[in-house]
Amino acid sequence: MNQKPRTAWLYLSPMLLVLIVVALWPLGRTIWFSLTDANINDIDAAKFVGLENYFGEYGLFANPNYTDGFWESDWGISIINTLKFSVVSVTIETLLGLGVALLLNQEFKGRAWVRAAVLVPWAIPTIVSAKMWGWMLHDQFGVINQWLYDLGLVAQKVAWTADPDFALWTVVAVDVWKTTPFMALLILAALQVLPKDCYEAARVDGVHPLRLFWRVTLPLIKPALMVAVIFRLLDALRIFDLIYVLTSNSNSTISMSGFVRREMVDNGYMGYGSAASTALFLIIGLCTVAYIRIGRMKLGED
Amino acid sequence: MHRSRFATFSIYALAALVVVVSVFPFVYAISTSFKSGSALFDPSLLPSSVSLKNYISLFTLAEQPFGRHILNSIMVSVLVVALSLLVGVSAAYALGRISFKGRGLLLTSVLAVSMFPQVAVLAGMFELIRALGIYNKALGLVLPYMIFTLPFTVWVLTTFMKQLPKELEEAAIMDGCGPFRIIKDVFMPLLWPALVSTGLLAFIAAWNEFLFALTFVLDNNERTVPVSISLISGASKYDIPWGNIMAASVLVTLPLVLLVLLFQKKIVSGLTAGAVKG
Repeated sequence: MNQKPRTAWLYLSPMLLVLIVVALWPLGRTIWFSLTDANINDIDAAKFVGLENYFGEYGLFANPNYTDGFWESDWGISIINTLKFSVVSVTIETLLGLGVALLLNQEFKGRAWVRAAVLVPWAIPTIVSAKMWGWMLHDQFGVINQWLYDLGLVAQKVAWTADPDFALWTVVAVDVWKTTPFMALLILAALQVLPKDCYEAARVDGVHPLRLFWRVTLPLIKPALMVAVIFRLLDALRIFDLIYVLTSNSNSTISMSGFVRREMVDNGYMGYGSAASTALFLIIGLCTVAYIRIGRMKLGED
Repeated sequence: MHRSRFATFSIYALAALVVVVSVFPFVYAISTSFKSGSALFDPSLLPSSVSLKNYISLFTLAEQPFGRHILNSIMVSVLVVALSLLVGVSAAYALGRISFKGRGLLLTSVLAVSMFPQVAVLAGMFELIRALGIYNKALGLVLPYMIFTLPFTVWVLTTFMKQLPKELEEAAIMDGCGPFRIIKDVFMPLLWPALVSTGLLAFIAAWNEFLFALTFVLDNNERTVPVSISLISGASKYDIPWGNIMAASVLVTLPLVLLVLLFQKKIVSGLTAGAVKG
């Protein structure tokens, strides 16, 4: 550590330049666009309209045209969908990931093979997994409907990805399949560095394994678990591709990111779309701060 | 350790279940990709006759140049990896080996960038790409992709860089080496494992990216693979060529699955270095 700070800034400059160009500048411009009436086909003609896109007559919030209330508007629905999807899928992924990690932490023959198999869903591109599952869940020719029908579990084949009652939960299921490996591997890494002697002692004393898990394992892996959960949560809150491909961005499953893209690109309302993306950015920021706060509070009580 | 027979049985049963659930969808996709015609609508796992029709038509259809799309994806991903590693190593040297004011804050901001949603920059990025004249070009995607590969690369490489022994560097300084020589001759040989794991993760991220590729490239010759697969369609809305879609899926996924299995340990160490130290 003998080098001078000047050298540090010199070696940092390429990264700083890239991050300013690809992150800071576009973010700033997007926030600026959210205050204008820009249209994607003619960006130069954009005029400043203040907070019209947020709270104006056709804005995101406080829109008098929402006759059925805010939560029935497309924007309100996309917020609810995103939150429902994120909370439910991350919860299931954490529990399943914990289970798989505990299993992989046991010693048994062929463990390396099981660990390799678990990585497969993670390695598959999201678009490919959306198409694969779209095919398996096909309403007429899908293998899953065929099984359920043959077993007598459903009276008629179900349109898993199109029926508004099921579509969002289908998305959750596919996401769980794809991202549980990530959770499992992160938790497994934490499990493998736990001190062995303390388990040895507990075994000698005849402590019940469940009690051992609650009192020793869980508190010890909690920091790693919290980090894994926040990584997944932030990822889930910005979901776009899975929903766009699996359920064609239909109204019953559209996410906030999907809403932004629809308004901005498909409909061309760049200003309005930017307002929605800025709102999404703020919501994710708030979730992060809240999560870290709550996490610290609990850590403090221990 | 001694286990009861029941415990042993449950472990193997659970392990088998995990393997089947993880692998079955991909195996089924492979099976579907070899079915053609009416055989597609028979949901059995083993195709009654193996046909390569789906694969052949992928590369012969003029309106969907899939071979070209694969090349585009390879070019974009390789360039993204090379650029991220180059810029990343330089930044990681500064962040990991030199103490200066604002280092902690800088690391936190880098982490914050890797967490923010891609749509938050979509409008500004669209304008920037149009202004730079790289709209509708596959290689133009290299620029926006840096937003998610670079912060992650810097973060992981910094973690690795910090763990290297101080003596190495001191010896080199005594010999009169400047920072550039130190990075090139002292750190690079030691950083190989970290470069492989971050490079692979960046490659996978770039290979799989969908939102930017869908928005910034409309020209049919310039598309990347994920968008290409999402757009494979038949004559009508109800006539989706599932055989072709599965063949394309298998082709773009198989190399990835092999890479991941081959470099399993490296990838897991990259993932955990990125997350656990967070």
